[in-house]
Amino acid sequence: MTDQFLTTLLPQLASGAAHTHALGFQYEGLDGDRVRLRLPYRQDLVGDPETGVLAGGLVTTLLDHVGGLAVWVGLKAYQPIATLDLRVDYMRAAIPGRDLIAEARCYRLTRSIGFVRAWAFEDDPADPVAAAQSAYVISAEGDHRAGANLRAKTHAGDAA
Amino acid sequence: MTAPLLDSLPYARFLGLKTQLNGDELTVVMPFADHLIGNPMLPALHGGSTAALLEMTAVAQVSLSYPRLRLPRPINVTVAYLRSGRPSDVFAQARINKAGRRVAHVTAEAWQQGRDQPIAALTAHFLLSGDEGDET
Repeated sequence: MTDQFLTTLLPQLASGAAHTHALGFQYEGLDGDRVRLRLPYRQDLVGDPETGVLAGGLVTTLLDHVGGLAVWVGLKAYQPIATLDLRVDYMRAAIPGRDLIAEARCYRLTRSIGFVRAWAFEDDPADPVAAAQSAYVISAEGDHRAGANLRAKTHAGDAA
Repeated sequence: MTAPLLDSLPYARFLGLKTQLNGDELTVVMPFADHLIGNPMLPALHGGSTAALLEMTAVAQVSLSYPRLRLPRPINVTVAYLRSGRPSDVFAQARINKAGRRVAHVTAEAWQQGRDQPIAALTAHFLLSGDEGDET
């Protein structure tokens, strides 16, 4: 089941939704507890037409999404999750014309929260374009109603 | 001035962003579109599209307030997700709390049902630079 989740469902979660499909996200696989996404460069995703650099908000989306995948890798199963918050540091401009790779690792998982670090780069993870630190609420009840993430935050007795 | 500004940014066009200017008050609208959906089961907007709306709103507000500067470049942004984004239009406004010689601190909020029920909030620092530009 776990293997099937990682090999079958995770790639769909990586790029199967309308937004991630429209952005052209590509699943790049796992390396231990790290998961990778690729964002092929496209002119219509540029933030500033004078520089040709991909939009900051797009890099945020990429890091948000790859971070969610890392939580699912940690859970080893599908559970509904929602980003609680996300901080992105932009270290430098992405190189125009180059694909971006995003990599994430869920370094702590409690019953209700996944804590994640993620980073984006062209070739070398040690030379990142941007890095993120984020937290995701895990909805154990499978409550799909709007605002379920708010209620999940206040469960008594949770570690975090 | 601002409406053409966002129209000239490819990613703002991808998101379908529209601007409304009421005096000095800028509101950016992200009309609902299928390609903004991140969770087809709820359905819910992708948090990234909401975050990008907030960031673009902050950029547009700084550009409106400081038209002689280059486009502000983000140094860091923090987004808090407060409510699930429903499949309907999203509105956003930004406030410049401080604009120094090099750095501006901007907050922004996005809402759907009402201004008092934000779906997400942004806190960001932007690097300000003139035509020559500065290294981050």
